[in-house]
Amino acid sequence: MGPRPLRIIVCIKQVPKAQELQVDPKTQTLKRVGVPSEINPPDANALELALQIKDRRSAEVIVISMGPTVFDESLERGVGMGADRAVLLTDRILGGSDTVPTAYALSETIKKIGDFDMILCGEETTDASTGHVGPGIAGHLDIPQITYISEIQIEDDSVRARRTAEDGTEWWETTMPCVLTVNFGCTKPREPTLLGKIRVKRAGVIVHWSCADVGIDPNKVGLKNSPTIVAKVDTVHLPPRARKVFHGDAKDAVAKLLDALLEDGVIAL
Amino acid sequence: MTDGEHVVEDKSHFTGVWVFLEGRKHILRDVSIQLIGEGRRIADRRGAPLTGILPGHGVENLARQAIGYGLDRVIVVEHPILEIYRSRPYAKVMASLIRRHKPEIVLFGASKNGRDLGGRLHAVLETGLAADCVKFDLDEEGNLDMIRPSFGGKSLAHILCKRHRPQMASARRNVFLPPHNDPNRTGEIVHEDVDVSEKDVDATLLEFQEFTREGGLRPEEARIVVSGGYGLMDGKNFAMLQELADLLGGAVAASRKAVDSGWMPKEFQVGQTGMTVRPKVYFAIGISGAVQHLAGMQESEKIVAINNDPKAAIFEIADYGIVGDLFQIVPEFVRQIRERKATKAVPMPVAAR
Repeated sequence: MGPRPLRIIVCIKQVPKAQELQVDPKTQTLKRVGVPSEINPPDANALELALQIKDRRSAEVIVISMGPTVFDESLERGVGMGADRAVLLTDRILGGSDTVPTAYALSETIKKIGDFDMILCGEETTDASTGHVGPGIAGHLDIPQITYISEIQIEDDSVRARRTAEDGTEWWETTMPCVLTVNFGCTKPREPTLLGKIRVKRAGVIVHWSCADVGIDPNKVGLKNSPTIVAKVDTVHLPPRARKVFHGDAKDAVAKLLDALLEDGVIAL
Repeated sequence: MTDGEHVVEDKSHFTGVWVFLEGRKHILRDVSIQLIGEGRRIADRRGAPLTGILPGHGVENLARQAIGYGLDRVIVVEHPILEIYRSRPYAKVMASLIRRHKPEIVLFGASKNGRDLGGRLHAVLETGLAADCVKFDLDEEGNLDMIRPSFGGKSLAHILCKRHRPQMASARRNVFLPPHNDPNRTGEIVHEDVDVSEKDVDATLLEFQEFTREGGLRPEEARIVVSGGYGLMDGKNFAMLQELADLLGGAVAASRKAVDSGWMPKEFQVGQTGMTVRPKVYFAIGISGAVQHLAGMQESEKIVAINNDPKAAIFEIADYGIVGDLFQIVPEFVRQIRERKATKAVPMPVAAR
């Protein structure tokens, strides 16, 4: 008999495709309507890392998310890529939750799934970019966390992970269960397979849970129970730039650029 | 206030501004120094003392350094297990101290460790935490207005934490200017005990490999940054940028696309999920200027763009630029700089050449 299957839970969020976001020149606000969505790219890197573990050994990969039912799109993609099943925590009362209720609600969902060995999250989302939910889940579950990782090695009950810090690479060792947050771009997420896409349709593969299903305290979630609010959003007005742009022959353009940089005191030789 | 709402402890009990201090090799990290400056400004406006929190082992000297930058007091928690940053013990120390002293505001550097710590802590304390702030203010009620870029820096969101205390935020590196150090400044150093022990160590650091590079300069510290993007087409072409950087006394960096393509290591990535730089001059070479990239460099003093696409977004924020083939322009740029340097140098007698 081989080792017991690992249960790996991957937390994902569906976000607007960042490269599609543009500022409306008239209103100076972000155009969000009609912008296509995707799995938050670092979360897709985390899912790929989980699937790579599953490629090597016996493991069950469960994708979870919290949000409206349109998030099914991302869960379907996750199952299509090779996750065994998916859970969407979806409930009106969750609307407007900041990272405190989100970490709480996801950790309750993870507890409800139970028997987990490893929880993977992306390092941050590309829309809110806080990076607080992964460590928040670890705090709620009172289990170890290793953040900003790009490689995982598993030996018996211990996990080794390579973490990228500001000034170097660290190898950490911890025990399961644990939370790991995964670096953006550290893996190349696989494409959904035909078999995976067929599995999506099977009953019970993607399920929806409400707060009541999970046992989430309604007084701890949603906008009114979130410590932070976004009071307002300003459009950034950057200082005007000179935009002295040179064209033409490389030799000539470089000479002009160099003259300008030296005259304006931007560089000195 | 609705009936079901969580009763939050009376916030008037919470006073004072705290900054979490990080040191490395017996010096304070630059982000901590920058934070002391900003913390001082907020504390003065609140009419409250500014306290640095320093968990560690053998850090008395760091505490003294920190006072010189403008703190009134440093709370030191000494324990051998705190010698390096570890999530659980550090979160335990911070949670204990916060519950004991009830600060109104707690600031962290938005470093990897600062975010790792803040994320765990805010969930445990159930209070607000704003990430990656670039500006702080106070609203009319005296709440901390925590201002952070959203959507890759195209807008700024004002985050308030009105009912919960402490108000916590992480601040982005290299946004706030470092305060002047006054070695004669006096402040109090208080040693406090927190119940931490070996049993709180749930993860072990097996190995640390410091980033090193010939030339040595890190982009965050350099006055001139020469950054390459997808337009470089191959990792080996970064040698050309290194040559330019070396000539100008600068450092090389890269866009996410260049990093994702495996041309440069992740630790040289500028942008939303990489680092923020604000050098004197930022050369964006073969970089189109995606919002995520701009978020990491748009506060550079001067921006020079080299790109073959005249419509590239990078030109919108460039002070100088050349539209053209970077494979012709960069070597020509290097050549002309060399040439001008040579003519500028004291001419040597012909016989000596």
